[in-house]
Amino acid sequence: MTDLSYLKADFPILDNGVHFLDSGASSQKPIPVLEAMDRFARTSYANVHRGAYKLSVASTEAYEAARRRVADFIGATDEREVIFTRGATTSLNTVAFGWGLENLTEGDRILATEMEHHANLVPWQMVAKRTGATLDHVPITDDGRLDMAVLESKLGPDVKVVTVTGMSNVLGTIPDVPRIAELAHRHGARMVVDAAQLVPHTSVDVNQLGADFVAFSSHKMLGPTGIGVLWGRMDALEETEPFEGGGEMISDVTLHDATWADIPHRFEAGTPPIIEAVGLHAAIDYLDSIGMDKIFEHDQELTAIALERLVDVPGIAIQGPTDMKDRGGVVSMTMEGVHAHDLATILDEQNVAVRAGHHCAKPLMRSLGVTATARASFYVYNEEADIDALVSGLRRAGEIFGVN
Amino acid sequence: MGLEELYREVILDHYRNPRNQGHLEHPQASAQGVNPLCGDEITIEVSFDGDKVSEVAVDGQGCSISQSSASMMTEAIKGKSRKEINKLVGRFRQMMSLDEGDDLGLDPERPGAVLGDIEALQGVRQYPVRIKCASLGWNTLLEALDA
Repeated sequence: MTDLSYLKADFPILDNGVHFLDSGASSQKPIPVLEAMDRFARTSYANVHRGAYKLSVASTEAYEAARRRVADFIGATDEREVIFTRGATTSLNTVAFGWGLENLTEGDRILATEMEHHANLVPWQMVAKRTGATLDHVPITDDGRLDMAVLESKLGPDVKVVTVTGMSNVLGTIPDVPRIAELAHRHGARMVVDAAQLVPHTSVDVNQLGADFVAFSSHKMLGPTGIGVLWGRMDALEETEPFEGGGEMISDVTLHDATWADIPHRFEAGTPPIIEAVGLHAAIDYLDSIGMDKIFEHDQELTAIALERLVDVPGIAIQGPTDMKDRGGVVSMTMEGVHAHDLATILDEQNVAVRAGHHCAKPLMRSLGVTATARASFYVYNEEADIDALVSGLRRAGEIFGVN
Repeated sequence: MGLEELYREVILDHYRNPRNQGHLEHPQASAQGVNPLCGDEITIEVSFDGDKVSEVAVDGQGCSISQSSASMMTEAIKGKSRKEINKLVGRFRQMMSLDEGDDLGLDPERPGAVLGDIEALQGVRQYPVRIKCASLGWNTLLEALDA
């Protein structure tokens, strides 16, 4: 068993004994991240890229150092391919609107999957309506995996973009993105990956993924809220128009026209999340000091234990893969006769924090034939005791509702 | 106080055996309610005899609190006039917004007094996020009556 229990002291919010099993929604922040942001704000903060004074230079340097750190972390060869956004949602909207409105037209197809988070679904619906392109979806198999045969059959010359989650926030499924990217490229389509659940939990190399765009958020990887990343392959970014206009993204402006700043700045209108970039930098340092492979191993071990123990709880059904093949540390469950909200309330009474509801993936819930699930998701600070508490809380729920 | 206060037997009974479930053949008023945050859904249909509710049906899915609250509500509003229903809804809302320390006591004017079984839902007050669940059916009923 991978022992990461030494990390727990870095997360003061866990001191009161909460069994925090909702990192899939947002992760907690370790002291080094909080301190890095605090130190920066106290000593080096000013707006970036515009002041000629020392503080602004220091601030700009810290902001750009964060960009280089992200590039290094995800294996990007060119740091200009790293764009800071407000989060994965903004990153995906930048692709859908910035790339989609420019490159999609009537008769084109956008191929997504049935297990997308609303953030990788709704922007494409909006762009499909505006461009006349159609939005098509790859279904999931009975065991909660992406149906690769259907995916292949749906590809064709009219498919201009394929967009897939790197890891399902509901099922934990990890689709074979490198394979999908290869197929997409063979048909001349761009490949987009919603990596919000993937990057925090495993070592990601954007070139190995084979994608053209990769989106993720800082707040799910021990960093602060308010900042995320869009990585884009340079030739894909060159096909992309800025999605927001404003300060800092321009080269020249007249009363009627403007020209864009270079990539990446043309995609970063307005004052960016500067302190948050410093926090994300510290979060990446922290993750790397543990080791991404070790984190993935740790999540997997906990997930395997959870899956094994949950089958013994009366009435529990797992939604998604029930073995450890190509899945991450997210376990969605339903209990016969007990609604997920009631599960979450009862678990909360035992200080176990899980997410209950549709997890911003309503089409997937419909396809699973459920209206809500309770979801436990694991991260570096979780340990077996959290699963003990989860299982005992679920048994308590079963008792209250008379589930046998 | 705690889970036993929240999940009283009468609530679990209405959850397992919801009353007046389904649809009316010729509803005179209806409305749909959704809690977009959690996905609970409810449809309420009402028929009148003069000013009084003669029939009511509820259809939907959701947690024990939203479903039992709606089920108890359907029993409570049958045979009541719009004015009486408005008073009932007012009492219900008042009950949901009382602070934990407030004593409902035996005062005949206490908010729960006219609510009967529905009083069992007062345990929900300790769980602020669940008040929306308890209120979903009632808010939807008001929409149906206003339509």
